[in-house]
Amino acid sequence: MTEVSMTVNGKAVKADVPDNTLLVQYIREHLRLTGTHVGCDTSQCGACVVHVDGKAMKSCTMLAAAADGAEVTTIEGIADNDLHPMQTAFKENHGLQCGFCTPGMIMTATDMVKRYQADGLELTEDAIRHELEGNICRCTGYHNIVKAIADGASKMTSA
Amino acid sequence: MTEGIGARVLRKEDKRFLMGKGRYTDDIVEPNQAYAAFVRSPYAHAEVKSIDASAAEGMDGVVAVLNGEQLTGDGIGNIICGWAVTQKDGSGMNMGAWSALATNKVRYVGDAVAVVIADSIEQARNAAEAVEVDYKILPAVAQSVDALASGAPEIHENAPGNVVFDWEIGELAPTDAALEGAAHITEMEITNNRLAPNPMEPRSAIATFNAAEDHYTLYTTSQNPHVARLVLSAFYQVAPEHKLRVIAPDVGGGFGSKIYIYPEEITCLWASMKTNRSVKWTSDRTEAFLTDAHGRDHVSTAKIGFDKDHKIVGLKVNTKANLGAYMSLFSSAVPTYLYATLLSGQYNISNIYCDVQAVYTNTVPVDAYRGAGRPEACYLLERIMETAARELGVSPAELRRKNFVTSFPHETPVIMTYDSGDFATNQEQAMTAADFDGFEARRAEAASRGKLRGIGFSNYIEACGIAPSAAVGSLGAGVGLWESAEVRVNPVGTIEVLTGSHSHGQGHETTFTQVVAERFGLPTENIQIVHGDTDKVQFGMGTYGSRSGAVGMSAIFKALDKVEAKAKKIAAHVLEASEDDIVIEGGEVKVAGTDKTMGWHEVGLAAYTGHNLPEGMEPGLKETSFYDPTNFTFPAGCYICEVEVDPDTGVTDIIQFVASDDFGTIINPMIVEGQVHGGIAQGIGQAMLENVVYDDDAQQLSASYMDYAMPRADDLPNYSVHHASTECPGNPLGMKGCGEAGAIGSPPAVINAITDAIGNNDLSMPATPSKVWAALQAASAKQAAE
Repeated sequence: MTEVSMTVNGKAVKADVPDNTLLVQYIREHLRLTGTHVGCDTSQCGACVVHVDGKAMKSCTMLAAAADGAEVTTIEGIADNDLHPMQTAFKENHGLQCGFCTPGMIMTATDMVKRYQADGLELTEDAIRHELEGNICRCTGYHNIVKAIADGASKMTSA
Repeated sequence: MTEGIGARVLRKEDKRFLMGKGRYTDDIVEPNQAYAAFVRSPYAHAEVKSIDASAAEGMDGVVAVLNGEQLTGDGIGNIICGWAVTQKDGSGMNMGAWSALATNKVRYVGDAVAVVIADSIEQARNAAEAVEVDYKILPAVAQSVDALASGAPEIHENAPGNVVFDWEIGELAPTDAALEGAAHITEMEITNNRLAPNPMEPRSAIATFNAAEDHYTLYTTSQNPHVARLVLSAFYQVAPEHKLRVIAPDVGGGFGSKIYIYPEEITCLWASMKTNRSVKWTSDRTEAFLTDAHGRDHVSTAKIGFDKDHKIVGLKVNTKANLGAYMSLFSSAVPTYLYATLLSGQYNISNIYCDVQAVYTNTVPVDAYRGAGRPEACYLLERIMETAARELGVSPAELRRKNFVTSFPHETPVIMTYDSGDFATNQEQAMTAADFDGFEARRAEAASRGKLRGIGFSNYIEACGIAPSAAVGSLGAGVGLWESAEVRVNPVGTIEVLTGSHSHGQGHETTFTQVVAERFGLPTENIQIVHGDTDKVQFGMGTYGSRSGAVGMSAIFKALDKVEAKAKKIAAHVLEASEDDIVIEGGEVKVAGTDKTMGWHEVGLAAYTGHNLPEGMEPGLKETSFYDPTNFTFPAGCYICEVEVDPDTGVTDIIQFVASDDFGTIINPMIVEGQVHGGIAQGIGQAMLENVVYDDDAQQLSASYMDYAMPRADDLPNYSVHHASTECPGNPLGMKGCGEAGAIGSPPAVINAITDAIGNNDLSMPATPSKVWAALQAASAKQAAE
């Protein structure tokens, strides 16, 4: 067993977990934050993306112990009450259907926008499609997800 | 009316998904739940000599290790096929037994022989590894053609030669005669590659037996919870129907693969009773590849004949359909009544004959996957039409147009009666949107950059809204295919609609609401859609075959008719007017031509107080409808794909993809376009990326996202989506259905475009860069030889 302590969505949490507990298991099963999903077992699908110390990470690919001391944000923590501008953009652009990949998409998207803005780079359609390499959606054909992220980027800028 | 029929209303269901508050099966935790891990065969075909669970049983946290002998010993029935197909000779299907846990023999890699129930998932998985199974390995076969060869291993003893059935449709002799007299014949061998459906949410089940009440509850990832309950009780004898509640909460995509009632759900229910614990199982992705029903896998030969004026005179098809190791729920209907009945396409063809050999192999069972039979028919017909146009030296668009069905109703030689459509208008609209006239200039421009441009058509028609219960019953279906709805007006005037349709991405909570809002002029926030729980909804046949609009919404429409009629009677009584003069609009119930009015909520209140109702009227305002469709519906359209191939690498880029669809009435264009996008993406996936691969020992080599090429954002283009609708005469809203069209229509458009670009028609799906490059080399070698 390993003791892990971290901040999740602004709240300090601490637990004794088996050494091999993945961060996603800790989030879903111990903290019962079930908006973070598991869609594969090879780190391909991105349904489990969360932010660890401000960076998008696949929470199925790191141990909970590796996040000891980290600031973790999950889909439940990105907006206070209403929707984050990226969440609004997904709704307005019909960027989701079954909703299963959506939390990971949004966590990837907000990270993508922040990185491009920080580097002063333009987030073109090609760039969005390339950046979505690690997130699989089976419902939307990506057309509206790409539109939503572009729209979300401008909403985040003006917000 | 900004929120009624035809409005682009944003989805009501989105907020919970966006906030991470969706409630999927794996998110649910029952008190004191245990976890199931299945012991699965690593061999494609083997005798099970013995199972030794003694080591596993002694491991930490293990509650029980259960096997197939115990399961059958407890009277759990074999898994059924819900559609009985009659063979050419009049005999029934050669169906082999399928037990949820295999007993004497395993027939595909992943076939479960035992299950471990333990306190944690890790303990369950570790113990499953420790179960010793002694297998005697048998020769295995993965491909239908190989399974039919003499000397092939026999998979089920009651299916000689591995033939499940040999079926036919249409007239052989007249078709042969027509082809005999044809001025031109085009012949092709066409393979429709095997696909894994891959909804992003893996299957999951959590079963709870309540010994005090002798009652079971099952949360499961189902597209049709009532059908699951019916089959689990009537055929698998897990529990009587009134003692089993099935809940399909938020479900993360289905695409057909969550229609079926799989061994895992049966086992979890039974194991819950055996262990007196809630039992949870969630598939991992590799397990999904190994156990979720696959789709497609047809090998066909086709022959089409034209007269001297390029009119089609006949079509003859033979198809070998791989059904996998066992017959899944609708597996027999897919390569027969959902496939060969669509071989007439959009064309006037007087003579069609098709025969189908359905074959057992040592692979995952094959069943309906988005489109189910119709993509296979469309691919075959649209590939051979494009090929024929090239052979005849005519425009593919013109050859199609010349053969279009133009008057309705139209009876095909393969039992369908098309009720409506305007194929020429959809084709024209697609050609305009694609700037077809400018294509040759674009091709030349691409050539100047050393790239190869190609363009391809696909004119699809499909059959949705399945289907009149008596008709499908006469063809062998074991169920009726109606749908039910209940509309409950509350005393305050808000409305709940209970529907037997199930939404797993289709946006029913929004579109169904729009139909109700339109009827009474109510705001959408006053309307709630309830689905997916057998304790709440009276009954339902579920969501597949693009039936939730044409059938599910028709049931809502009919229930609304009854509510409206009763509301008018109440209002006429209260307002002292004639019922015929009552109109309901904008949330008001009015006497036409007067200032007499009452609010919709006042009608609701009047119905429930019962203080002042017409003589003899029962209180309350709640009505039910069971709607049985009058015909299939026939969505149709024209898809055009334009590609650019890099001849040095074989890499193909889709430059544009245009769709023009006839879906009949559209409730919410935003949602319909989303359905088309997703369908096209799956179709492009089939055409260029996806393929389930088995080796010669029937081991699945593509059982993870490292090995199976799921379409990703940078593999796909934006889609140019258009509509040209004709109203469907068969249902009250005039709807045809849009869920599967994209997946049906797109693969032939892609392959027709690539083969046009590379000048070699010999190309199979998926058209990967290496295959395209090889086809290009073959084309240049051939050219050099000539």
